[in-house]
Amino acid sequence: MIKIKGLKKKLGGKQVLDGIDLEIMDGEIFTLLGGSGEGKSVFLKNLLGLMRPDEGSIKIDGQEITVLSGEDLLKVQVKVGMMFQGGALFDSLTVAENVGFGMKRLTDRSPDEIKTLVKKYLKMVRLEDVENLLPEKLSIGMKRRVALARAIATQPEYILYDEPTTGLDPITTSAVCNIFLELRDKLKLTSIIVTHELETAFKVSDRIGLLHNGKICFTAPTNEFKESKDRYVKNFIEGNTGGDHAEKEKDPIRGDRDEIKQ
Amino acid sequence: MKTPVRKIIDTAESVAGGWRMLKKVAALVFKKPDEPANIYRQMVRVGYESLPIVLLSALFTGMVLALQSGVASTRIFDQALFMGTLVSFSMVLELGPVLTAIVIAGRVGASITAEIGTMKVSEQLDALYTLGTTPEKYLAVPLFISMLTMVPVATLFANITGIFGGYIIAVSRFNIPGSVYINDIITYLTNIHVLHGLIKSFFFGFIIVTVCCYKGFTTSGGASGVGKSTTRAVVVSIVSILISDYFLSTLLTSLGLI
Repeated sequence: MIKIKGLKKKLGGKQVLDGIDLEIMDGEIFTLLGGSGEGKSVFLKNLLGLMRPDEGSIKIDGQEITVLSGEDLLKVQVKVGMMFQGGALFDSLTVAENVGFGMKRLTDRSPDEIKTLVKKYLKMVRLEDVENLLPEKLSIGMKRRVALARAIATQPEYILYDEPTTGLDPITTSAVCNIFLELRDKLKLTSIIVTHELETAFKVSDRIGLLHNGKICFTAPTNEFKESKDRYVKNFIEGNTGGDHAEKEKDPIRGDRDEIKQ
Repeated sequence: MKTPVRKIIDTAESVAGGWRMLKKVAALVFKKPDEPANIYRQMVRVGYESLPIVLLSALFTGMVLALQSGVASTRIFDQALFMGTLVSFSMVLELGPVLTAIVIAGRVGASITAEIGTMKVSEQLDALYTLGTTPEKYLAVPLFISMLTMVPVATLFANITGIFGGYIIAVSRFNIPGSVYINDIITYLTNIHVLHGLIKSFFFGFIIVTVCCYKGFTTSGGASGVGKSTTRAVVVSIVSILISDYFLSTLLTSLGLI
């Protein structure tokens, strides 16, 4: 279980995360929705220990990670797999070497065992006969699936997805979404997805949260989220710009909310 | 445009950041390597693959050194004197270490920063943490080991090649017997002189790898950021090599290593 309390992070003078409170249950797929530049990736980097928050607490399986560093932090980080937005595959290594990278370091498996497992994980993400290719030869959709195979190959307990379907065609998006569901059902992985793609969020999530102005302003199970009357949520789902008022143009969601308050 | 105060603050932050990176690398360098083959690969890249350009530069440097000293000596003394001594001292104490370091900074240092910088902006460095290693362990440690060992080795070869270049000119242009050229070298050049140059080249290797790794790890801003980091890494490395050369020479001389 992941427990986040009062998470704050300021970057370049801007309060990107402004007191995030969230609990992620074991085995669920939680999606954090939010517009571009709302701090979704910053949230993931804090969660992974790649950034240190200014304030707040992040507990993974009861262990506070904001105070850890070095080897202690690394031990927690390997519990968490991450599929980065661009794949973050190692350019100089083949697909097989990329997928086997973590296994080679974190397990005692022989090279032959790793080779067999690499094939297995690539098959799970519906890729075959690509083992010897370099990442530059792959499409963005294939890169993300290889990145996913690499992330699950280390058998993490949690997996984080950063904009996993952005820029993919509808067929590949659907295929990737199905893989997420399979991974939850077969491997019992707890997943956190950050995205601005509603289709992906609605298809795969057990729960959805909306990040706005550095806070998670609404969290609910997927069906409840879809039907929510909350203005923030409605405006985000409907892509409502909130009219022609200049203030609303700058910040459509807040503009609408401010209007209601008045 | 940055103000001078901002530049000083940035430089201080870079020094502090570089120091933190060095502490991490120092703690890892004597531990079991993340991937031993990586060390070998980097040694080939830094040493073997740099040799052609290092040796070519050293050969022509030795030749021009012999040419200029021979012409000057002939004008003053009516004959070319102590060419072997002059060329060998110049190569072994100064030109071999400095030239080799500058060539390696331009060739390997630039590619180190560009490679690490590209990995940084494409989140490959972040990915390492989730796969059981760290950028320092996987990338910096093999680079430090290979740079600290291979820059002195390349310097040694550069010294020999430069002296050989001088030999060609001394014999072919100034008609000095080869035995006289060699005798001029072995009479005056000692192991201490060679050691003096190699100690400096070790430090130059340290400067190159520290600057270039740090610039790579702190790259930001996409492709243009990688370009800027690479340029800065090479410029800072070369300037640092030239400045530190004076202070290292002073220190080694005062320690009697000359």
